[in-house]
Amino acid sequence: MHPAFSVVFFTTATGAGYGLLALLGVLGGLGFVHADFWLGLIGMVLALGLIAAGLLSSTGHLGRPERAWRAFSQWRSSWLSREGVASVATFIPAGLFGIGWVLLGRSGGWVAVAGLLAAAGAVVTVCTTGMIYASLKPIAQWHSRYTLPAYLIFAAMTGSVLANALLQGFRLGSTAVLTWALLATLAGWGWKLATWRYNDGLEIPTTTNTATGLAGGTVRSIEWPHTEENYLLKEMGFRIARKHGAKLRRITQALAFAVPAILLASVFFLPWPLRAIASVLAAGAQFAGMLVERWLFFAEAKHTVTLYYGRE
Amino acid sequence: MTCLPARTEKKLGLVIDLDTCVGCQACVTACKEWNTGGHMAPLTDIDPYGGHVDGVWFNRVHSYEHTTEMGGRTVNFPRSCLHCEQPACVTVCPTGASYKRASDGIVLVDEDKCIGCKLCSWACPYGAREFDTDVGVMKKCTLCVDRIYNDNLAAEDRVPACVAACPTSARHFGDLGDPASAISQLVTDRGGVDLMPELGYKPTNKYLPPRARSERAAKVDAPALQPIRAEGGFLGWIDRMLSN
Amino acid sequence: MSRAAPRGANSAPSQRPLADSRAPNEGDGVETSPSVFDRIAKTTCYMCACRCGIDVHIKDGKVRYINGNKDHPVNRGVICGKGSAGIMQHYSPARLKKPLLRTGPRGSGEFREIEWDEALSIATERLSAIRRTDPRKLAFFTGRDQSQSLTGWWASKFGTPNFAAHGGFCSVNMAAGGLYTIGGSFWEFGEPDWDNTKYFMLFGVAEDHDSNPIKIGLGKLKARGAKVVSINPCRTGYNAIADDWIGIRPGTDGLFVLALIHELLKAGRVDLDYLLRYTNAPVLVMQEPGSADDGLFVRDGDGNPLAWDRVAKVPVNATDPDARPALSGTYTVNGRRCTPVFQLIAERYLDDSHSPDAVATRCGVDADTIRRIAAELAHVAFEQTIELPIAWTDWAGRRHETMKGRPVSMHAMRGISAHSNGFHTCRAIHLLQVLLGTVDVPGGFRFKPPYPRSAPPGPKPAGKDVRPMTPLDGMPLGFVCGPDDLLVDEAGKPTRIDKAYSWEAPLAAHGLMHSVIRNAWAGDPYPIDTLMMYMSNMAWNSSMNTVETVRMLADKDEAGTYRIPFIIYSDAYYSETVPFADLVLPDTTYLERHDCISLLDRPISHADGPGDAIRHPVVQPDRDVRPFQSVLIELGARLGLPGFVDEDGSAKYRDYADYIVNHERTPGIGPLAGWRGKDGGAIGRGDVNPDQLQRYIDNGGFWHHDFSDDQRYYKMGNRAYLDFAVEMGFIPEAEPIVFQLYSEPMQRFRLAARGHGTAQPPDAERGRIEAYMDPLPFWYAPCEEETVDLDQYPLHALTQRPMHMYHSWGSQNAWLRQITSQNRLFIHRETASRLGLADDDWVWIESINGRVKGQIKLIDGVNPDTVWTWNAIGKRRGGWGLKDDAAESNRGFLLNHIIGDRTAADASGKRYSNSDPVTGQAAWFDVRVRIVKCAPQEAGFTEPQFERFSQPPHFKPSPDILRFGASFRMKREAAE
Repeated sequence: MHPAFSVVFFTTATGAGYGLLALLGVLGGLGFVHADFWLGLIGMVLALGLIAAGLLSSTGHLGRPERAWRAFSQWRSSWLSREGVASVATFIPAGLFGIGWVLLGRSGGWVAVAGLLAAAGAVVTVCTTGMIYASLKPIAQWHSRYTLPAYLIFAAMTGSVLANALLQGFRLGSTAVLTWALLATLAGWGWKLATWRYNDGLEIPTTTNTATGLAGGTVRSIEWPHTEENYLLKEMGFRIARKHGAKLRRITQALAFAVPAILLASVFFLPWPLRAIASVLAAGAQFAGMLVERWLFFAEAKHTVTLYYGRE
Repeated sequence: MTCLPARTEKKLGLVIDLDTCVGCQACVTACKEWNTGGHMAPLTDIDPYGGHVDGVWFNRVHSYEHTTEMGGRTVNFPRSCLHCEQPACVTVCPTGASYKRASDGIVLVDEDKCIGCKLCSWACPYGAREFDTDVGVMKKCTLCVDRIYNDNLAAEDRVPACVAACPTSARHFGDLGDPASAISQLVTDRGGVDLMPELGYKPTNKYLPPRARSERAAKVDAPALQPIRAEGGFLGWIDRMLSN
Repeated sequence: MSRAAPRGANSAPSQRPLADSRAPNEGDGVETSPSVFDRIAKTTCYMCACRCGIDVHIKDGKVRYINGNKDHPVNRGVICGKGSAGIMQHYSPARLKKPLLRTGPRGSGEFREIEWDEALSIATERLSAIRRTDPRKLAFFTGRDQSQSLTGWWASKFGTPNFAAHGGFCSVNMAAGGLYTIGGSFWEFGEPDWDNTKYFMLFGVAEDHDSNPIKIGLGKLKARGAKVVSINPCRTGYNAIADDWIGIRPGTDGLFVLALIHELLKAGRVDLDYLLRYTNAPVLVMQEPGSADDGLFVRDGDGNPLAWDRVAKVPVNATDPDARPALSGTYTVNGRRCTPVFQLIAERYLDDSHSPDAVATRCGVDADTIRRIAAELAHVAFEQTIELPIAWTDWAGRRHETMKGRPVSMHAMRGISAHSNGFHTCRAIHLLQVLLGTVDVPGGFRFKPPYPRSAPPGPKPAGKDVRPMTPLDGMPLGFVCGPDDLLVDEAGKPTRIDKAYSWEAPLAAHGLMHSVIRNAWAGDPYPIDTLMMYMSNMAWNSSMNTVETVRMLADKDEAGTYRIPFIIYSDAYYSETVPFADLVLPDTTYLERHDCISLLDRPISHADGPGDAIRHPVVQPDRDVRPFQSVLIELGARLGLPGFVDEDGSAKYRDYADYIVNHERTPGIGPLAGWRGKDGGAIGRGDVNPDQLQRYIDNGGFWHHDFSDDQRYYKMGNRAYLDFAVEMGFIPEAEPIVFQLYSEPMQRFRLAARGHGTAQPPDAERGRIEAYMDPLPFWYAPCEEETVDLDQYPLHALTQRPMHMYHSWGSQNAWLRQITSQNRLFIHRETASRLGLADDDWVWIESINGRVKGQIKLIDGVNPDTVWTWNAIGKRRGGWGLKDDAAESNRGFLLNHIIGDRTAADASGKRYSNSDPVTGQAAWFDVRVRIVKCAPQEAGFTEPQFERFSQPPHFKPSPDILRFGASFRMKREAAE
């Protein structure tokens, strides 16, 4: 699949944003992190900003962005529509939570309810995003049991690493959050490795034989319908060389998982402000790494339509 | 409405005979010319006279070589929307632009509702969706919905443009939901197949696979020729034949 | 039976509209009954030479869509990939807009626009001077011309013998091979009996004449389960759906066919009765080596060929219906030894050199396959005979209660034709058909009227006597019957610029357009003044050795004047040839013009009856262009050519439409056969009918006559048919057509080569004439193989036109070019592997004539010793309205660059046209190549590259985006 930047950035940014929102909602709403105006403001702006920027970026992928509002209508069948509904719906409790926690400096009570609802909305939204991909049968690498958990884990991971950076920045570091961020990063790494392993060993039942109805033997494409690339090939015929892919996988592992994990682990031992710097670096590296991961998520996904074009 | 109808009254679709298709592209351009002025007009062509020409087409013909232990053959393979019974391209649509008609099962796009998110093209395993970058909406085969019911055309012309055009009679049209229809009968007789049945989309269109050489033509059980063993060889034989 | 079939070809129950085609109440707001036309104009397609009937749907003054005319005898409602794309041809950005006069150097594309009057004056002045001095100095050659009965007649009246259309580089071998043998030919002049045949053999046909009828026919065979056998090095298109694909080595089909004949003769599986009735098999051939009539037929005092009556044991008139002729033996007539034709046939082909084992390796077909095919042919022909319950009477008045048929049919075209041995190979295929008794019988190959004609047909080429201001005494093209008919001077030198009908190409029935530019450039046999061409891309894909041809077109002599002094060219589009013209006469598109598809030329007949058709303007030109035929008629009038002016010197015809209706070639016979006579009640022969065109338009643009049942088969000897043919003017008298298995005209040339007769070849030509003018079909290696080191150039290189572009010049067509804008060189997977080549590699394709660079694609479905590509995809930058980055001029390539237009020098240093030595047919498919992987920095672009042409004045850049059809929708929705 063509790794369009708008979609790569969209899923990565909203994942991080919703992860952060969920953590702030839970921790702030329940009073584990006390309201601090600047911390709250920066935290909420960061979370909602990532979400909004992501959503905005996703409309860049649309042919008719001015009609985007129509996407809220088909929540009964469409994960994309559900994502739209959930993402917008989440803004309501998130907004209330922000008012209560940041502006009014309160926790508990209705602020807690709003925070928990925002967290729930975030989780639901990330689920719907994951399901958009997981539900697509023509793309075996996505239509797997790994996809939905991946979106949740990565949202939790990037969100918590961001939250940790934020708290450390305000000298409000929490060992629990730090531990959680480190564990989430390791979990994310593990999940990614497992996913790659699964995908690399994938035996896809759909073949050029089943695509053409020509049973047995080999089916080789000798001529495309048109000699130049068309929409299908541009959108879904993206190919990445094995060598190039392997290199990007190594970069992903380093930036998204290894470097953040080491930095986070070092935070346990470093004094302020070094621990804050390390935390911020971890978040930055991880976000960059996740962009690469998401780029690969698209680039390595093979759509069945490529079978018709002999793009194996 | 992107929820699928529980059932459709008819299952209109095409049957394509891979045993007969010579890959002449007649269906391809007949489709293009009808539809570029039709329901989804235009079928825009980007850079039509340049090096990166890319147009919207609802029907495209591939060529393959199929090699088995029986030998090799070249197969021309027209590909267009299969008007599936379980079209995920419809259910994934967030706006209700994609829909499946309850009356005849045709899968259509309501362009006015389409936001051009392209998700339907991702959901279609067959590559039947065609994005018009100029208009910013998705387009697709309409099964010539503006032909098959068109009062302004002579009754006999109310078939999809591709079927009317096909010079080798490799394309067929009808109600595949009616087991008694001529087209269903054809599918039964010739062992028509679904494409990618394992994905569960239940395509309405069927493909008739190329027949094995032994079954597609009357087998000529010709005994080997025997040389004339008569006296005088061939010329002697002529004399005898002529004097009979 | 095709005649009783329902309307239209696609009318099987599974192809019909819904039983209830009322729109269901879906409620989705879809307009299911939009108005899609304001009117339907029925005319004739011109996207290729197939001449299908089309229904052009006009909406808001524009062409909305085109579909097939269901009533039309050619396409019966279907339409091909080109036909539907006619819209894009009609609206092509490469359309010329106004007459052009060259301002820059030839080939630069620099022109200024001029008015028609000036253009016609320039042409008239030039041509008038030529006609007053030496009419031969006008060479008038037309390309994809469907008005040859007009253009040829014009040349004749002008007085130049230097006329032909493009048949010489197209498929004259098929025409000549057929016409000299059975009085008809494959091409579009005959067709398999699609409804009755059980075994169909297809030789060397990719997309070819007849395009849609072959496809419709194959569909019928598939539906009936008849067996299709294809003999073709490439497994594309029709060959892909064959039940048996025989991937023969190019140029060896003749060998393969003669091996089939060997097997059939050996087993005695030939139709002796048929041979006796319809062929010259019993005719006695003089066997007196050294004498002046050796190898000629033994004739009686009236010139009738004789046979030997095996009962009465006397010579008899071979056509005497009561004779009982012998087919074998040696006899003495008037003291001279002679033997029947059939004995010669048997002796030659029974020889072991024709056995399957002897030819298998060379053909690339194993011997068992050859034996199996021979057995199958015999089995179907003789054990699966069919009999139609139709009584008929033969030419001699004998009544037959049924029509018996041997259901084996064959069709052959370009793959046979485009080799230098194509004429003899074509004759070999006809011989095979005739031995099996399958020509014009139920289930066999059928003639389309006006064929069959005598083999060869009557008129000889005119042009022996060329004088100023004097018309020729006939038409420039015709059929020679011996050396005396050649167009050569006393020294045996050619008198036509293309050397047709000379010792170098004796049976050149269609001329040699591919030789004209070189000969005119070289002044060989003489210099000319003006080259006038129509609709043929001679500066690109219609020429061999393009690089050199282009150079010759623009070459100057020492004095700085062009060696071809003046070039007039008419075309509708800005092709690669237009920039080489001095004067450009812009033609219309096919939807803007009158045409007639005439029985005098290339009609639309069906085997079940004659037909012809017209084009008429269905939309008006939006440019200052004129149909070439009308321009030619006006030029004829301005020049005062006989036939083009009335007695008072005024123009006889207003335009082409006027000519179509009012011209009479012989009294009562004109371009159109339908609705003749004052009241339109006559067919074939009749007075001029002023309403004739309207009658055609009312009938859908065509006329078609259905035979009565008893006229449908055995046309070569069917009394009812022959009488009809005479009435229609197809043949002069109701005599049977005798198939010429042994060609006496060819033997006459051989005798000349041996020194007999007054017309003598130059000594240098005697060897060739002796070798190639064999009266019986034989096989020889394609000429290039005789001169090229086959180890150096181990591969054959072929081209085919893609079906969606065949004859259509589709690269200017926004839709068709999307399908193929870059051609690949297809190469067998194993061959590639042997050469160390991988898919998508860029390679040099090298022949002795040069090299061209392209990208390869590996396949299995091709003869391993053969590479091939789609033809004429590669284009020159600046032409056809294409942008500079178009794949056609950057990645596509033209194989023509490396196909020589001349043979390599022979022992005497002489180089001949790269053509069949019998007919002059261009030997496109003889070329031998080697494939060399190109250096990494050479990959990605084709070579050779050519300078870009300038664009004519007022040419707008082609659009970056095409929204054709949007306006129909906007108008429709606005109206709702």
